[in-house]
Amino acid sequence: MLTFTIRRLLFAIPTLLFIALVIFMLLELAPGDPMANVPLTVPAEVKEQMRQALGLGEPVHIRFWKWIVQFFWIEPLNVFDHMFGTTFAEGKLRIISWQNRAPVFITIAERIPQTLWVVGTSYVVAILIAIPVGIYSAYKQYSVFDQAGTFVTMIGFSVPPFFSGVLVIIIFAVQLRWFPSIYDTRLVVDSWDSFGMQVRQMFLPVMVLALQITSQLSRFMRASMLDNLNQDYVRTARAKGLREKTVVLVHVLRNSMIPVVTVIALGVPAIFGGAIITEQVFKVNGIGQLLITAIQANDLPMVQTLTFIFAVLIVLFNLIADVLYGILDPRIRYD
Amino acid sequence: MTDARDPLTPVGNDIGVVAASAAVAGAEPLLITAARSQWWDVWDQFRTHKGAMVGAAIFLAILALVVIGPLFVDMEAGIKSDMRARNEPMSLEYPLGTDRLGRDMFARMIAGGRVSLAVGLTAMALSLVLGTLIGVLAGYFKGLDGPLMRLTDLFLALPLLPLLLVMVLLFREPLTAAFGIEVGIFILIVSAIGITSWMQTARIVRGDVLALKEREFVLAARSIGTPSRRIVTRHILPNVLSPIMVSATLGIATAIITESALSFLGLGFPPDFPTWGRLLNDGVPFLELYPGRAFWPGLAISLVVLSINYVGDGLRDALDPRIRGR
Repeated sequence: MLTFTIRRLLFAIPTLLFIALVIFMLLELAPGDPMANVPLTVPAEVKEQMRQALGLGEPVHIRFWKWIVQFFWIEPLNVFDHMFGTTFAEGKLRIISWQNRAPVFITIAERIPQTLWVVGTSYVVAILIAIPVGIYSAYKQYSVFDQAGTFVTMIGFSVPPFFSGVLVIIIFAVQLRWFPSIYDTRLVVDSWDSFGMQVRQMFLPVMVLALQITSQLSRFMRASMLDNLNQDYVRTARAKGLREKTVVLVHVLRNSMIPVVTVIALGVPAIFGGAIITEQVFKVNGIGQLLITAIQANDLPMVQTLTFIFAVLIVLFNLIADVLYGILDPRIRYD
Repeated sequence: MTDARDPLTPVGNDIGVVAASAAVAGAEPLLITAARSQWWDVWDQFRTHKGAMVGAAIFLAILALVVIGPLFVDMEAGIKSDMRARNEPMSLEYPLGTDRLGRDMFARMIAGGRVSLAVGLTAMALSLVLGTLIGVLAGYFKGLDGPLMRLTDLFLALPLLPLLLVMVLLFREPLTAAFGIEVGIFILIVSAIGITSWMQTARIVRGDVLALKEREFVLAARSIGTPSRRIVTRHILPNVLSPIMVSATLGIATAIITESALSFLGLGFPPDFPTWGRLLNDGVPFLELYPGRAFWPGLAISLVVLSINYVGDGLRDALDPRIRGR
């Protein structure tokens, strides 16, 4: 298992480098110019100096290397400095945004908590709903509950978040006025009142995201349970007189959870990607919304870094899913 | 001889006799099953899936409305603004009301549907061709398997939505300059979606091809000297048709959602050019006053995707003999 993990880790490095190269080369073609906003009265040679200062004058491969070094070495050093008060990264050039001339990671660090709150809560809520629903509709296959559940999950994953979001805004924010339609990020939670406010403003985005994740997960859970319910060991467990509850909730559930856990791990990066749209609908200023504004403002370092962060998440969670599968299922041995 | 009901009629070399016996074949159950192709079985099975039939009916109805709608609806009313008829509610003249420039929403919905469905179908076709090609090549030729599957893995590890957004940002101007704004963006969006969605098809097709390649009929074909190209087109491709059809239906659904998502984020078609995603996006600022303007395009997208997903479910049940009849 350990050798497999190490081998997978080693394979992740060229994958990440290749993805970084793809993203870098794609953006290399971009028509945007960071000097476009500089007034025309600034002489050409000054503009050239500014370009050099932004690190644009050098050949492609050097800039790619510098970006990789900045991403994998200088930025982590900065995080280290920030945590322990050291000064290892002093004077080293960080990845600078063209929009606000500040290091991109500072902006990203400001935005990540909102995304994590909304995405994380909805993922937890979705898992808590999806697993019982999946178990029950598999156990009572073709019952009314199962039929209704299948229909609702089909709707849940057919309705795109930009429509379900708009729909819940119409119903709960415009008609009923129960929840605000816009996420207020300036809200500081320091009392029960503001905590209630925070819960209320998170309710709609979490609901939209959770609906989507629940539908996918509970379909998967149901299929996985159905695969296991007809196995021989279930008959054996019943034959030796175990209670039905023990058979389903211990024997079958534990075996059915194996693929579901890996799907949960694999889904995390997709949720971050999907949250881009939900964040846009509810005006949550998380990293998804940051990406959209950066694309609109032609802020290439920001776009590059954010896209790459999404790629890192995907590779990382693929790795976690593979390793988890190996640990949970002794029948799987990668050798 | 002409008495076809005579059970002793010899079915021999005489062509006339064969034709005559075939003509009355309708009466004999044994001959019926021989004449049926497997697609009739699939259809019979598909018909028993209620959700799939309803889905197919809804999808065909929307498709028909969008294709022949312009014959009955004045499409000009969806383009020209009419300031005297701004923000009209639903009425007989304007079935879905008018927008803030007095344009007929129903005509705009039909125009938007044409674009959205066209994008969905074309992008699906592109991703199917790419996926099948890569899947067959990787499955059939051992030397290509490793590199092509690594490529697929790499594509699966790419963050697709951000990359799609970046691609649209980058190639919008060169392509609109080359082909004009509408065709340019259409090509851009279709190829962007196609290039980023072929991986699942490729994986499924490769798996099936790997299994098929070892079967006796392929061995037999090879033993009589059939070239690889013809083995693939004659023996392999028809047998991987069913997984391809299932992923085709799901492909249309994802392509429509992706296009609408891009338009919704303001990075799809230009503002004056209606697609369902664009109309939804245009309707969002007026949500409090005129919720219908965002509701109808969203409902159209969701209905199409839902019905296609049901069709895909039914097709999968019908095409997979192992779960058939359950």
